[in-house]
Amino acid sequence: MEQRSLPYLLLLPATLFLCVFFIYPFLLVAWQAVSQDGSFTLEHFRTMADHWKFSTAFWNTILLAMAVVPLQLALALLMATLVTRMGAGRDVILYIWTIPLGISDLAAGIIWLAIFEQTGFLNSILSSLGLIDQPTTWLGYQDKATIFIAVVLAELWRATAIVLVILVAGMGLIPKEYYEAAEVFGAGPWKRFVRITLPLLRPSIQTALILRTILAFEVFAVVAALGGTNLPVLMGETYVWQFDLQDRHVAAAYALVILAISIAFTLVFLRTLRVPKEARI
Amino acid sequence: MTTATATAAATAADIRRPARLLFAATIVLLCAWVLAPIYLLTVNALSSPDQVNAFPKSFVPGFEMGSITFFLQFGGVLRALFNSILVAGITMVLAIGLGAPAGYALSRFEFRGKGTFRIMVLMTRAFPLPLLALPLAVMFIRTGLDDTAIGLAIVHTTLALPFAVLITFSLFSGIPVELEEAAWTLGCTRLQAFYKVVLPLVLPGIAASAVFAFVISWNEVFAAAVLTIENRTLTAFLLQNLDVSPLHLKFAGGAVLVVPALIFIFAVRKYLFAMWGIANR
Repeated sequence: MEQRSLPYLLLLPATLFLCVFFIYPFLLVAWQAVSQDGSFTLEHFRTMADHWKFSTAFWNTILLAMAVVPLQLALALLMATLVTRMGAGRDVILYIWTIPLGISDLAAGIIWLAIFEQTGFLNSILSSLGLIDQPTTWLGYQDKATIFIAVVLAELWRATAIVLVILVAGMGLIPKEYYEAAEVFGAGPWKRFVRITLPLLRPSIQTALILRTILAFEVFAVVAALGGTNLPVLMGETYVWQFDLQDRHVAAAYALVILAISIAFTLVFLRTLRVPKEARI
Repeated sequence: MTTATATAAATAADIRRPARLLFAATIVLLCAWVLAPIYLLTVNALSSPDQVNAFPKSFVPGFEMGSITFFLQFGGVLRALFNSILVAGITMVLAIGLGAPAGYALSRFEFRGKGTFRIMVLMTRAFPLPLLALPLAVMFIRTGLDDTAIGLAIVHTTLALPFAVLITFSLFSGIPVELEEAAWTLGCTRLQAFYKVVLPLVLPGIAASAVFAFVISWNEVFAAAVLTIENRTLTAFLLQNLDVSPLHLKFAGGAVLVVPALIFIFAVRKYLFAMWGIANR
């Protein structure tokens, strides 16, 4: 009897916890978004969509994700390739490159604020090079483009490490024999990368893309630290509606929008990067 | 003959040298990309408020504790620091307490529903979890958990639990089941075998995943800002005061956020890859 029931007993606490604090709240938030005093309504979605900040926030979020995630993938691929070719010192380099993994998005925003603020390090460099006389404002309310770039840099800096770890783990699974064979047949490093690494790394790339895209849609504290309210994003607007405007229903509607784009992109990545069962290593 | 081979080897080395140089230069450059922003934050944190607001800025810290002491004496900071540690501590206990038994069950038993449970755990990754704070805010007010450390720790546990399950799963899978079976044949009960044989072997790994859970909670911003009002955590406190606080306060706060993260990531670096278990499949 013990053998049968033991695994269920061990899983019970985690399962109960996830049901009560993960699945149930999501049903709750969905209901919050489409109800008013217990009856169904789409009023909150209308309020959300009619607000002038909604479409700006929506497109800012999407554009940020589209700018950040591909850059991160490229940078992480480069880093992972370098790491796998490294002999001595590999662990040290890998540790340094994964440091941002432990840094919160708020801290990352503050770190890049130290560079971009008016008396910051970027202006200090530029002025010591004689390129500017006065400190330039990079993050003012009129500088949406530079705020955008600063956020992209901060995100690229902070969250590439996650992609790197996933890709390095994936590269470790590719059998060395493939590379040796390719070298025998005269394939250069680039050809080996495109013909062996990339295709065989597809499951890891898929995992990394899904994870990073979802996190990119949740971008919040970096933007808050660097741009304040000058660059509205979906998560920031959710916070504003929940806290400053005290309207839980509209905040819930925002949450559903973020959830919807997260699920949509996950499905796209699952389909386009699908790995047939026979082709897995 | 020997000279001929020597020249041939030398030419090969000459061809390879630029490539090696490029290889090394790229690695150094990427290390600088990761480390320089952290260094700049340190410069700010270790300078006096006047030095932080000066222009152009020195790239060497003034080694004055002015900013840090100002930060620590700022109203509410110490309490926020305490709250952060408290919430992260509870998260750590909850995540391991709930996750480790599940990880053990997944690694040792074949049973119906195993697949479903794994999918549920992986699914939590495909959802923007901080949004859970919105419906839970309502739920917590009803149950009296609003604005408490436990309430926030519960949300943070939903973030940390999937990692705890995956890490402990890979830890337990790394211990041969034969060891346990040997203990049984020598007269141990299942429980005795577990804590006399398995537990000592996995303890360092468990500690690492506990530390990871701590960092996840320590770094989380959105849920912390939504769910706490009086009992703010450090991230929530900093976020709330972003637009009103002076620069040196932000930078000192950022540095205080970063330091534990650095130590923790160093402590868990060995288990970095187990944490993203899905990449290894």
